[in-house]
Amino acid sequence: MPKMKIDGVEIEVPAGITVLQACELAGVEIPRFCYHERLSIAGNCRMCLVEQEKAPKPIASCAMPVMENMVIHTNTPMVQKARNGVMEFLLINHPLDCPICDQGGECDLQDQAMAYGFDRSRYHENKRAVPDKELGPLVKTSMNRCIHCTRCIRFATEVAGVEELGATGRGESMEVTTYVEHALSTELSGNLVDLCPVGALTSKPYAFEARSWELSKTESIDVMDGLGANIRVDTRGAQVMRVLPRLNDDVNEEWISDKTRHALDGLRHQRLDRPYVRRAGKLVEATWDQAFGAIEAKLKGLDGAKIAAISGDQCDAEAMVALKDLMTALGSPNIDCRQDGAKLDGGPRGSYIFNPGVRGIDSADAVLLIGTNPRWESPVLNARLRKRYLAGHCAMASVGPAVDFTYPVERLGAGPATLRDLVDGKLGFFEKLKAAKHPLIIIGMGALAREDGAAVLALARDLAEKLDAVRADWSGFAILHTTAARVGGLDLGLVPAEGGRDVAGILAGCEKREIEVVYLLAADEIDTKRLGKAFVIYQGHHGDAGAHRADVILPGAAYTEKPGTYVNTEGRVQLGQRAAYPPGDAREDWAVLRALSERLGKTLPYDSLNEVRARLVTVNRNFAAIDQQAAGSWGMFGKAGTVSDAPFVSPIANFYMTCPISRASKTMAECMASRAQLMAAE
Amino acid sequence: MAMITADPKDVPHVGQFVFTPENLAKVRELMSHYPAGRQASAVIAVLDLAQRQQGWLPRVAMDEVAKLLDMAPIRVYEIATFYTMFQLKPRGKYLLQVCTTTPCWLRGSEAVMKACQHAADGETFSVQEVECLGGCVNAPVVQINDDFYEDLDETSMAKVLDAFRRGETPKPGPQVDRQTSAPIGGATTLRSE
Repeated sequence: MPKMKIDGVEIEVPAGITVLQACELAGVEIPRFCYHERLSIAGNCRMCLVEQEKAPKPIASCAMPVMENMVIHTNTPMVQKARNGVMEFLLINHPLDCPICDQGGECDLQDQAMAYGFDRSRYHENKRAVPDKELGPLVKTSMNRCIHCTRCIRFATEVAGVEELGATGRGESMEVTTYVEHALSTELSGNLVDLCPVGALTSKPYAFEARSWELSKTESIDVMDGLGANIRVDTRGAQVMRVLPRLNDDVNEEWISDKTRHALDGLRHQRLDRPYVRRAGKLVEATWDQAFGAIEAKLKGLDGAKIAAISGDQCDAEAMVALKDLMTALGSPNIDCRQDGAKLDGGPRGSYIFNPGVRGIDSADAVLLIGTNPRWESPVLNARLRKRYLAGHCAMASVGPAVDFTYPVERLGAGPATLRDLVDGKLGFFEKLKAAKHPLIIIGMGALAREDGAAVLALARDLAEKLDAVRADWSGFAILHTTAARVGGLDLGLVPAEGGRDVAGILAGCEKREIEVVYLLAADEIDTKRLGKAFVIYQGHHGDAGAHRADVILPGAAYTEKPGTYVNTEGRVQLGQRAAYPPGDAREDWAVLRALSERLGKTLPYDSLNEVRARLVTVNRNFAAIDQQAAGSWGMFGKAGTVSDAPFVSPIANFYMTCPISRASKTMAECMASRAQLMAAE
Repeated sequence: MAMITADPKDVPHVGQFVFTPENLAKVRELMSHYPAGRQASAVIAVLDLAQRQQGWLPRVAMDEVAKLLDMAPIRVYEIATFYTMFQLKPRGKYLLQVCTTTPCWLRGSEAVMKACQHAADGETFSVQEVECLGGCVNAPVVQINDDFYEDLDETSMAKVLDAFRRGETPKPGPQVDRQTSAPIGGATTLRSE
């Protein structure tokens, strides 16, 4: 631990860090443009210059490692003058268009120019002009503003794993470009906008929409995939203007996927803002009273076994527990939260969560992916896997779809047969896993959401046992969920009770008229044609598949419009906040269920959000541990049996449209078209 | 000020680029200079080889180099656009790189430039103004493809160009009576046996 002196204060810092990091530890803020904690060091903006005693010149603190007895000054006239000079040079070619720049108000260059900028320009030549680039439907470019920090290039190359951005030319003709103009083929391109310290890369869908100071900011949780990325929702009035990532090293670091960031315009379209009741084959607007009346009339005296409920992929735990309690009160054992038919039955918690946690990926030294394409199922988690690959010494293999993961993965085979061979130790990769200290087995829904899913799960469990992958100090058994509500649903027991039907059973029951009423809680991913003649109650926020088939529609709230508890794939319980109010007559989902239960004479025993949350804790103790993650309990699960030869297929065929919100989003449609064009060009 | 463009749009379309078998063998040889996995280190030499084969570097040639060296194409574009020695547009058979930096300029590079510009037709000759070629002792200097022609003036330049036009290769080096950078007209010192 070298000792050093920063601005006269003695400080001991960890060896191997840079002077800039040491200054941060000492509480001294160093201005910077090119330096970023999560990217490699470039050292090209020169804004972080500090004075080091006995050094002939100011040093770039971001690139200088700390040394014993270093003496650093950050507030001397020399430092100030050096930074003033750097700033003046940076501004030579930077246009003076802050009033029409979307970055205005949250621009690093603007902020730092306040501290280090000269009050007028001494440069009388023409500024250089750089043509704007086409980087796809999400990133708007204004390359005249670029200061060549190369953060975007490093992000694309290192984190996103698409080596498509570069700096061509040199000196004054240097420019950041893809050279051959095309959209970036990454699901993380929105992060380029966050990284850009100036207004060169800004958000295309958000262009000229709002100024940062007009927005109210709400910290929340994303529901677009199973990761539960931490987000900040910015709203103006009732409208969600943008979604930004929030820092959480345990979950999403500081990245979010393009879907998380840009599906928000889907929140403005196709919304259910009032109840509807189907009369003479047509959905007509109704009041809450009429809608509840129609449900009451249908349910009166109906046997519980003829009622079924399916909960959707983006439901909050509060709504799910209310649904479960209502179904129990109605005497129905038919409830399911697994729309895709995944064979996870809520056994020991360790059987259905990502036990090592996202952070566990960092310490894994051999990774096996089974039936999953994390790049589409959870792009940010995929970036974490790539980070692990870049750190080196990690064998990676996959049994499943042949896809470009953005890092090299040995493909062992396509389906369960390969997995069986692996379990039997017939494949070479088994030895690598066996030799690993921290083997990690990631199982995707592509392996579990199929007829023989339980047998595949049992195989995976066997493999974990054989590898000793689950032990006191390490749990390398990881289920990668594709949906935000799944783990919460399994935690709350939204699976068929004794003698109950699962989704397939419910649909079959509908066709055979054994099920007469189906309650869809924002469930749109089922084949609604198979609901037959059943009376369908749809509670949700979008006019998607479920609502089209419904006989009664109860308008609910989308994830930005309600305080909700979500459990991510790691089993981490996180709280989302309300950023805006739901449109029209729509209400928070648990409250709708609570009101309906009263009408049905089965009043649920909670009247406030706090009481529902208390109920969550009663059902499952895990809900008391907010934002904590631990490996789940281990035990017997899965069902040994024969497996088919069918290859594993990732459940996500189209990354950009996986839920009612993203399907209603114009931006996501543009992304899809752009990606299709890119594929066609290849 | 002109717009900056790294990727020239007004170049003839080249559909395909493949190394000749001899050149491909050279590429393999160049790659073998570096440890396995570091073959990208050969990129500048391989690009030069591609340029010698094609005369200039169309994008397909850079893509081919990227493929051979297992690099992302953008990394090759970055290098090819960084070095002015890589020609991203077609040029004449002979590239005349006229040095106009101070020593050459003092010794009359403007006249040399005039002769070159007069000859430039884009097919046989192309002209490029360059910074110091490092041959100041023999100023003014013009680099024609790989060779330096030195101690030029307007007449001797025209003579050299005429020879090239006839298909000859004039002798590189000083175009006056001088051995390399020794005194004009022969030795002035150490003349005794």
